[in-house]
Amino acid sequence: MRGVAAERLTPSVMPHWQALRRRERWRPAEIAFWLGLAAVFFVFPKHLVFASQVLITGLFAMSLDLILGYAGIVTLGHAAFFGLGAYSAGLLAKYGVHEPLAGLLAAAATAGLGGYLSSFLVLRGGDLARLMITLGIGLLLFELANQATALTGGVDGLQGVEIGPIFGLFHFDFLGKVAYLYVLAVSFTLFVLVRALMMSPYGLSLRGIRDNPRRAVAIGVPIRARLTNIYTFAAMIAGVAGALLAQTTQFVALDVLSFQRSADLLIIVIIGGTATLYGGFIGAALFLIAQDRLANLSPEYWLFWLGILLIITTLFLDAGVMGGLLRIETLVRRRFGIR
Amino acid sequence: MSAVLQTRDLCKSFGGLMVTHNVNLQLQAGARHALIGPNGAGKTTLINQLAGVLAPSSGSIWLDGDEITELPAHERVQRGLARTFQINTLFAHLSPLEAVTNVIIERQRRELSVLQRRFFPLTHRRIELDEAHELLSRLNLAQDCMRATRELPYGKQRLLEMALALACRPKVLLLDEPAAGVPEAESEELFSVLGELPADISVLLIEHDMALVFRFAERITVLVDGAELLSGTPEQIAEDPRVREVYLGKRRG
Amino acid sequence: MLSLLGVLFDGLAYGALLFLISVGLSVTLGLMGFINLSHGVFAMLGGYLLVTLMQYAGLSFVACLPLAFVASALLSLALERALYRPLYRSSHLKQVLLTVGIIFVAIACATYFWGPGQQRVALPDALRGQISAAGVDLSWYRLFLVAAGAIITLALVFGLERTRFGARVRASVDAHRTAEAMGIHVDRVFQITFAIGSGLAGLGGALGVNVLGLDPYFALKYLAYFLLVVVVGGPGSIMGTLLAALLLGIADTTAKYYVPEVGPFVIYLAMVVLLLAFPHGLLGRGKAL
Repeated sequence: MRGVAAERLTPSVMPHWQALRRRERWRPAEIAFWLGLAAVFFVFPKHLVFASQVLITGLFAMSLDLILGYAGIVTLGHAAFFGLGAYSAGLLAKYGVHEPLAGLLAAAATAGLGGYLSSFLVLRGGDLARLMITLGIGLLLFELANQATALTGGVDGLQGVEIGPIFGLFHFDFLGKVAYLYVLAVSFTLFVLVRALMMSPYGLSLRGIRDNPRRAVAIGVPIRARLTNIYTFAAMIAGVAGALLAQTTQFVALDVLSFQRSADLLIIVIIGGTATLYGGFIGAALFLIAQDRLANLSPEYWLFWLGILLIITTLFLDAGVMGGLLRIETLVRRRFGIR
Repeated sequence: MSAVLQTRDLCKSFGGLMVTHNVNLQLQAGARHALIGPNGAGKTTLINQLAGVLAPSSGSIWLDGDEITELPAHERVQRGLARTFQINTLFAHLSPLEAVTNVIIERQRRELSVLQRRFFPLTHRRIELDEAHELLSRLNLAQDCMRATRELPYGKQRLLEMALALACRPKVLLLDEPAAGVPEAESEELFSVLGELPADISVLLIEHDMALVFRFAERITVLVDGAELLSGTPEQIAEDPRVREVYLGKRRG
Repeated sequence: MLSLLGVLFDGLAYGALLFLISVGLSVTLGLMGFINLSHGVFAMLGGYLLVTLMQYAGLSFVACLPLAFVASALLSLALERALYRPLYRSSHLKQVLLTVGIIFVAIACATYFWGPGQQRVALPDALRGQISAAGVDLSWYRLFLVAAGAIITLALVFGLERTRFGARVRASVDAHRTAEAMGIHVDRVFQITFAIGSGLAGLGGALGVNVLGLDPYFALKYLAYFLLVVVVGGPGSIMGTLLAALLLGIADTTAKYYVPEVGPFVIYLAMVVLLLAFPHGLLGRGKAL
């Protein structure tokens, strides 16, 4: 087995290696982002419940970005994993295990299993078949949960989700303070994990698959195995996001499995910008804030403008908010000669 | 001397149309073997079957004495079979350096640990990056190695197409019209690359450019309507009246 | 209590409606490969137009039907030109997002103009009541639906198989580029086909107000059904769509009647299973999905 290479690079490679290294390093903007999220705890103490929602949705969106932006898999049923995670964590807590981290593990396992099993259906065939199958699976699970009222509470939702203190130490408070820090910690951890994954050779091979599957096959990439892998992993993260929602609201609503949630998530990822990892968080923030303001006026009003936004985005705007930001960043760098 | 790559009675039909007709191809070790024939003769279809992208209707394919007919395409690469495409099939958004490194790491993947493959950044793979850069330099692509592939001029893309295949360190190299679309001015570069291929690689080359074929090939097989018309040395092929007829004589209805 | 035959017949009528609405989607998907999730919006337009004209213009049920057809056809031409056409070569994701956006806008507009409730239509006297045949009570209305479905199927098949235009459509579905190379204006063919298909959807929506229901969320509620019919029947195949629609209609009605607790569950399960078993669709032409 090869160890981490300590050999020196030939001099001619160095500048290119450095360019690649620069892309891998944490940028100031990224650090500012996470510090900013931490600061929210102090700056917006009355809005922490909402902030938690944004983070959870952002995490969920990031999981979709993994398969949509990095692997090119279009799915209309990603909420299935969110729901699986939410119900797993909820049921675990309801039936005696109150430690939140156990709930997260259960959620990841259940959603991951769901992802693994469904990947055999989802990764076959072309885009249309995939849309249909993911739509079908999502609707199926929704109906299942709807009918299995004894287990899930059906339309009324799962109640009696009691969450104990984290590690037995940190009790959840009514203001959502501990909840926010909990969600932030989990999100950050998962984010770091995913970021490392995408910067690794594995991430590179995924980008290759997305770019040109024929070429990827021709260089020996086992496409099916790798896509199954990332799909399962994304499902696990979506499950954890669902679990976080269940735990912080102490309730699981049926709509965690709804088509609307899957569709909204697609929109969020597109608005934010795919394949950037941050797009999901930015999109979630924009979407939820806008929804909060506009949907209160009237739901139809919200739906109307959302539809218009979608139409305009697909026709004119390509890379979402992150794409726009990145372009601005490139312009600024050129202008000021920063490398 | 047994062949490194061979087919036995390979047949392929699409519905009623037979496009590969009992082909018994033998590629010797270290060969420089060209496959020529008029358009529609089924040359690319044959390559696709050899590469594992297309399943034959009947017959078998053997690599190094092992039957690979049922083996999936990506595993054939691991066994030492690499190919290029007639139309550039590249990773448009990756830089050449990343693309070639991708190939090398894939080739080496059994030697790397899970952490190295999945959690340590790409730049930790210095050996592979070095090898990639060195290969690109040999093909005169070093100065463009960090640009996005889609920004490269066509001739350089064609070279990159070759580089990706070479990075697999194949035993057998299948080249599908490497000179396709390459302007006169840049074809010399391609010729020299082909000339400098390691002697132990066995090369099967599809080409229409006869100058390239006769300069490069030690053995030529003529394929017409999916079947082998004849095989022989370049001199034999050049003199054979049937070949002239196929290329010049017959009027197609 | 409806007998089994009665339930089957109801399912047939339901299937006929699904066919009417979905056939346009099938042909356009087969022709252009454009994933149009908003196809149900044309059905909605037909339905709402019918309701409005009957209520405010006092037109009869039958008189409104052709108007529904024409209005939907016209709307589709406008949408095709403005919104769909720029995305023919785009990724499927973009097409999905665009058409989902159109659905959202349609839901919002429908709610704004007609309110969130279910619409109902007063059927003309001629279509009320029932007829007894083979020991079963068949409603005139549903008979009418089945008959309409049959007539339109015949017209479509005739049009496809016997007319020059039909030949062009078939050629374009089978081999897009070759058809273009042969001088067929595939774009023009597509526009006309699209208009006809959307018009039929409008007609289906108008006919089906009392059977399928009509509320602002119609396009979304039935999305899975339309897609299922098209995909299982095979994009581009009229007979395949018919077969799939009838099967789905009968299966859904039978399930709803005999095992109402299970309901939509069966359909979605069927969707997944059928897709896996028939990657080309039941009678589909063209490549696998």
